[in-house]
Parts: sequence; structure tokens; C-alpha cells
Amino acid sequence: MALLDTITRGDKAKQHRPWPRAIVTDAGWQQAIGLLAKGRCTLLGLWGDAPFVHMALLADTFDDIAVLSWRCKDGKYPSVGVYHPPAIRLERAIRDLFGLEAIGAPDTRTWLDLGFWGVRHPLGKSIPARKPGPYQFLPTEGEGLHQIAVGPVHAGIIEPGHFRFTANGEHVVRLEQRLGYVHKGIESLLRGATLDAAAKLAARTSGDSTVAYAFAFAHAVEAALHVKAPPRAIYLRALMAELERLANHFGDIGAICNDASFSLMYAQCGILRERTLRAAESCFGHRLMMDVIVPGGVARDIAPGGSAQVQALLAEVRKVFPRLIDLYDNTASLQDRTVATGILTPALARQFGAGGYVGRGSGRKFDARKMPGYAPYDDLKFEVPVLDAGDVNARVWVRIREVEQSLSLIDQILKRMPGGKLKVALKASGKTCEGLGLAEAFRGDVLVWLRLDSKGRIERCHLRDASWFQWPLLEAAIEGNIVADFPLCNKSFNCSYSGHDI
Amino acid sequence: MRKTLFESLVHGPLTEPPPAPDEAGLAELARSVNRVARARLGRSLSIREIDAGSCNGCELEIHALNNAFYDLERFGLRFVASPRHADVLMVTGPVTKNMREALLRTYNATPDPKWVVAVGACAVDGGIFAGSYACVGGVSDVVPVDLHIRGCPPSPTELLKGLLALLEHAS
Repeated sequence: MALLDTITRGDKAKQHRPWPRAIVTDAGWQQAIGLLAKGRCTLLGLWGDAPFVHMALLADTFDDIAVLSWRCKDGKYPSVGVYHPPAIRLERAIRDLFGLEAIGAPDTRTWLDLGFWGVRHPLGKSIPARKPGPYQFLPTEGEGLHQIAVGPVHAGIIEPGHFRFTANGEHVVRLEQRLGYVHKGIESLLRGATLDAAAKLAARTSGDSTVAYAFAFAHAVEAALHVKAPPRAIYLRALMAELERLANHFGDIGAICNDASFSLMYAQCGILRERTLRAAESCFGHRLMMDVIVPGGVARDIAPGGSAQVQALLAEVRKVFPRLIDLYDNTASLQDRTVATGILTPALARQFGAGGYVGRGSGRKFDARKMPGYAPYDDLKFEVPVLDAGDVNARVWVRIREVEQSLSLIDQILKRMPGGKLKVALKASGKTCEGLGLAEAFRGDVLVWLRLDSKGRIERCHLRDASWFQWPLLEAAIEGNIVADFPLCNKSFNCSYSGHDI
Repeated sequence: MRKTLFESLVHGPLTEPPPAPDEAGLAELARSVNRVARARLGRSLSIREIDAGSCNGCELEIHALNNAFYDLERFGLRFVASPRHADVLMVTGPVTKNMREALLRTYNATPDPKWVVAVGACAVDGGIFAGSYACVGGVSDVVPVDLHIRGCPPSPTELLKGLLALLEHAS
């Protein structure tokens, strides 16, 4: 039975694709919260669209999605977070951006609004800002506790965010994150944007996942307009997505080892990452492959000789990478740091619907390429590696196995690359239409939901990074570990700040 | 490990010859670098990177400057962890309002003489994010900028050109 049919609902939205959306009243909303709280489905997203709040649910079989919409009365809706903690930060963000209040919410502090915008509720009925009081971090009490405040400007070349540690000697008793520093107001800029402008904004939500964002955005637009990208474009998209995954996994594996002071791996993985980016540039004219995926297809073809460049890259990786894996696996001092460090329990990973290596390192076998799945991955053979240990080591190994899968996927993609057109022309449908798109970025699933007006412009677009559900888990995974292992744990999660703060 | 280390010894280095310093960058710097600073700093500069709202694309390419191909440290340039150790602030992003104060404080924590290099298309004038309620605009709206390195994101080679231009003037 379809997920939506298990919930008491009103009318389905007429133009919402590929999965259905329906308006629900109290009964349906509470049933959905019940399903989430009992672990019978996963929260995929919760976002504002005044006067509505939308909630996207993923069936526990991973093959069905439903969007429920609650029409707020007097700007209020029943809190999901009170029964299902993964929704708490999303509700705080909805309040900051739209002024819509979750009744019964367990945490009413601001989240993205740090008090500097000059307005409150910029996407809703905006009102002038008031001077914010000091942010109240959660209290910690006990003998011998001390606090360490880190950020927003960190010590490395990394994104900004604030971490408040409470420690007992060397051991972390509590980590509390405060994010929002790189909030750029992307969703406000998207309003009224043309598809071209919007695709560029979506591609700059998180630079390391620019291909995945463009991919998910294209999925959502194509679903809304009910068109399909040509086969060649679909295969080129997957080629770029796998190159992006390779580059990021190489970077991460090296950087995790570097945070355990093992710089040889860092240097060697850095070389592989650079070679991947150079191959990407010679194929698609841009090292990060920005703006190549566009709604309707791809903006350019692979350069002549590009395929040979990618094959040379694969050969080099196949020669060097197994040696690096051996090095990682046989260096006891390195294993000492990564094994049994920063354990995330499978129960939490499941509850939060953790995507990417964070979920797959803790037993959650979800990969949007497989299920619900999208082209061309349904025609390609690959496995979704899953481990149960949930430690830093497991997250490294999931990445290693995914590198191997990506190499095999690229082989298949190059072999099967169809000819033909690169892009279909997109025509406004003449009526309002909505689409939901998913794509598997290297760190997890990216969700894009949008509504286009009759002229084909963006009326509302929401972008949800996998990090929304991974950041809170980092707080849980670090508990009881020593402060010196935080960089290691943090890098093994490698959550996005920009993708989260939007 | 032995095999990997041995190969690194017998193979030539991957490091590539430096690109020519950026002409436009040199001209921009000519207006801002003073003689005293040059004498005091010599050819070694410490850089502190600040992400003031970037999408993280610029950070990835700045990171790449440290890899074997670009090897930034051979020019006497290195990234440091604290603004108190820095001569150069490398700032990315459209300066989100939420990062404005952190950027100012980092600037004020950096000892004189100092230079600010704004990196990326957004750092010039907010780029694609200009006009948002949450962004200030260019880095130069918050702190004085000595050099802009454009691009979305600028490649490591473009970054290197800009930094070499800075070095030529500072030495």
C-alpha cells in the first residue's frame, strides 16, 4: 500500500510529481508523527511555504515518498519535534524564516537567525528585528566541568560554525553546535528566479556537492514540468556525480588520516583528488563541474578525448589506491585513533534517517541512487556498502568501498554512453506545478522541492542537505570521547555548513 | 608504506613550475603595499583563511594549494591557525551578516602590517548572492581589500598567480 494511503488525508495536490502530496488535518498530521516516532517511516524534510508547512516522509522500504501539508491557522502548526527529535532544528529554522510556530515545540530558541539580518521572518511576514538577548546554551552541571568555545572562525581552511564543548578533564560530556553563520538567504533569492538563475543558485548551495545539487534540482524541475532529460545527458550527469564522489572521498580519507597526524595518507590522497579534478576539468571545463547539469539535460558535452582522460584516471587510481588502503589498514597507530572512536549507534542513525557514509557506517542501507532510485543507476550494477560498527573507522571503510563502486560505475557509464541530444527545451506548463527531486551526494541525499508558476519561474524552492540530520548525530557520537579526537570525528562526518545554513 | 615512500624518492616531484604573477593583481597591489612592510616581512608570509559565507567551493581550491602539485610552502607562503600569526587574511564569500562581526574581529586581531586578499566572485560584490537580506555584499564593504582573485571558484593556479603577485610586492 502506498505510504500516503496509510494516512487520513484530504485532497491530493493535482500537479505534484513524481510522488504525491496531500493536505492533511489534525488526524493525518498526528498519524504521520506517530509513524515517525515509532520508526515506521523516516523524516525526509520539513519546510515552510506560508501558510503551509510541508513534511516529506520516506517509507521504511525506501521505495515510496509522500508529502503532507498542514495549513497553519494563525501561523501555528502542531510540533513534530516534540515526539520526533530530528524535526527540532527544522522547526526552529521554519520559525526563524517564516514566523510559523510549532505548538508544543521542545526547543524555542532561534537557529539560523543570529540577530544580524535587520529583519525577522524574512520569508514570511517580515518584521523589524529586535535586539537579541544572549544565546542560551543548554546547561551542564557537575563537579569539575569546564567549557571550551570554538569558532565560528576555525583553525583550518574550513567553514565557520560554533562548537561549545563541556568537558570533564579530557572527556567530552556535551557538545552543542550553533550554526547559521553562512546563511545566505538562498531560498529568498530563489523566489521569482528564472530556471537558469535558480539552477546556478542551487549549484552553489554547497560547493563540494555542486553536481549533486544541480542533479537534484534538475530532477525536481523535470518532475514538475513532466519532462525527461535525454539518455546521453543522464549518463553524463552520472559520470559527473561519480567523479565528484571520488574527489570528495579521496579528500576525506586523506583528511581524516591527517587529523590523526598521518600526513603520508593526506599527501597521497591529495594527489588522487587533484588528478580527479583535473580529469573533470579536461572533460567538462570546470574542476568542480559547476553549472554543467541544467534542468532539461546538460549544458555541454564531454570534451573530445575526455573519455580517455577518465580512463587514465581510473587506471592510476586502481594502481595507487589499493596500496593506500593497505597502508591505512596496516598502520596500528592510525587504527588506534579511528577504531572505536566516535561511535554512532545504528538506532540513532535510523531514527535520524542519516544518509551517506554516516548512515551506512551505522547499518542504515539507504542510498538514493538505489532506492527510490533514478536514472541511469537503475541500469547500472553497483552495491551499497554497509557496516555496523558506527565508528570513525567504519565511516572511512564505507568511503573506501564507495570509491571502488564509483570506479566500476564509471567504467559502465563510459561503456554504455548513449549518443543523441544533450538537452530538451523546457516550456512553461501554463499552470502551477510542483516537483520533488532527490540525488545522492557524496555525503548523503539532497532533497529539492519546488513549485513553478505558470510562466515557469520559481515560486518556492526548498533545498535540504543531508547534513540537517547528520549534525545532531555528531553531538551524540562525540559524547565520552576525548577532546583531541573531535577533529577526527568531525572530519569523518564532514557535514556541510553552507548546505545546512543555506 | 616503504614502497610508497621509496617511489616518492625515485620519481621526480609532481610539483609544477610556478605561474607568472598576475599582472592585474600587481597593479592593484602597487597602490596598497608600503615600503616599511616590505622590509619587515621579507619573502615569507603567513596566511589566515576566513570563510565569510562561501559555498565552500573556494575553500576546496585554497586547500588544493597545499597539495603536491602546487606546494604553496615552496614560496614561503603558509596557512596559519590564528589571525595573530598572520600577515595576510584570505577572505571568501559574500560576507553573510551572520559572519560580519567575526570577520571584523579576526581583522582586528591580525597585527599590522597586514593585507587582505578577497577570493572568489562573491567576495568582490556578493556575486550571485548580492541583494539577499542575509548578505553584506563584497569583502571591501567590511574590511579594506588589497587584492581580489576572481573566479567561481578561482583555480589553484589563479590563486597562486594572485599570491605570487602579492609576494613580489611584499618582498
